[in-house]
Amino acid sequence: MNRLSAFGLFWWDFVVGDDWRVAAGIAVALGATALVADTDVSAWWVLPLLVALVLASSIRRAIRGEG
Amino acid sequence: MSALTILFLAAFLACLVEMVEALTIVLAVGVVRGWRSPLLGVGAALAVLAVIVAVLGPALRLVPIDTLRLVVGALLLAFGLQWLRKAILRAGGYKALHDEEEAFREGRAEAEAAARGSGASIDWYSFTVAFKGVLLEGLEVAFIVVTFGGTQRRMDVAVVAAALALVVVLAAGLVIRAPLARVPENTIKFVVGLLLTTFGVFWAGEGLGVSWPGSDLALPVILVFLGVVAAALTRWIRGQASPAQSGAAT
Repeated sequence: MNRLSAFGLFWWDFVVGDDWRVAAGIAVALGATALVADTDVSAWWVLPLLVALVLASSIRRAIRGEG
Repeated sequence: MSALTILFLAAFLACLVEMVEALTIVLAVGVVRGWRSPLLGVGAALAVLAVIVAVLGPALRLVPIDTLRLVVGALLLAFGLQWLRKAILRAGGYKALHDEEEAFREGRAEAEAAARGSGASIDWYSFTVAFKGVLLEGLEVAFIVVTFGGTQRRMDVAVVAAALALVVVLAAGLVIRAPLARVPENTIKFVVGLLLTTFGVFWAGEGLGVSWPGSDLALPVILVFLGVVAAALTRWIRGQASPAQSGAAT
């Protein structure tokens, strides 16, 4: 493995970790929050709720051996 | 609990738990091969980490605050959920607990097996293992210190918290001269995961234009909400048959 790919792997592991779907879920949660924040609806509840759902689904996948 | 208290706690506990792991690596090498070279490695790694904090900290002041909060919030969410996920899985028996005594034994065996240079003034094996261990364990702490301090514009609080944790771990290591196996590492990781995720939600929300009810007072409310969710998940997976309990090979 060359140094560049080792460097890339280190940062992938550092930021994304064991379950890439958590990082993808965070991106979706941030996008959804931004969309709601752009409307007249209060958006403060969106991010905590979606983050809790991302965590719960990651744990569920892990105990089922899917991630 | 004020935002500054939560910030101090997060930086202190994150530093504490990472430094316990770094200390185990340094002890394993130092006990077998002598202390001079590993301590030089520790010093070099701490110098690199100090440079990272000193350079990145002031640089973050140049970034617009909303952009900074969004980027840092997103990264803290990624880190926080990783820590929290692992802590919950460990508490439920789905992931092995980090065992400092076992890590110490492994590190010691590797140090004994490694070849020694003849007549060199520095034992490069010891230096490199200690340097790499402290740098890698410390990088996450440096990131937390820089981002927490930069986003809240209180670098002093984050640096003091990290320095205090370092002093506590070094003092304990000097007194005990053995891996700090009695530190409730998973509990601390659970709390740090909660704190990082809480700040991640709060800052990313602010960066996206969310107006939090009660401003900074929303922080403890988010913390309690996520704490209840994490505790419920832990309770739930403890009720499931873990791989160890069911005897299934993983």
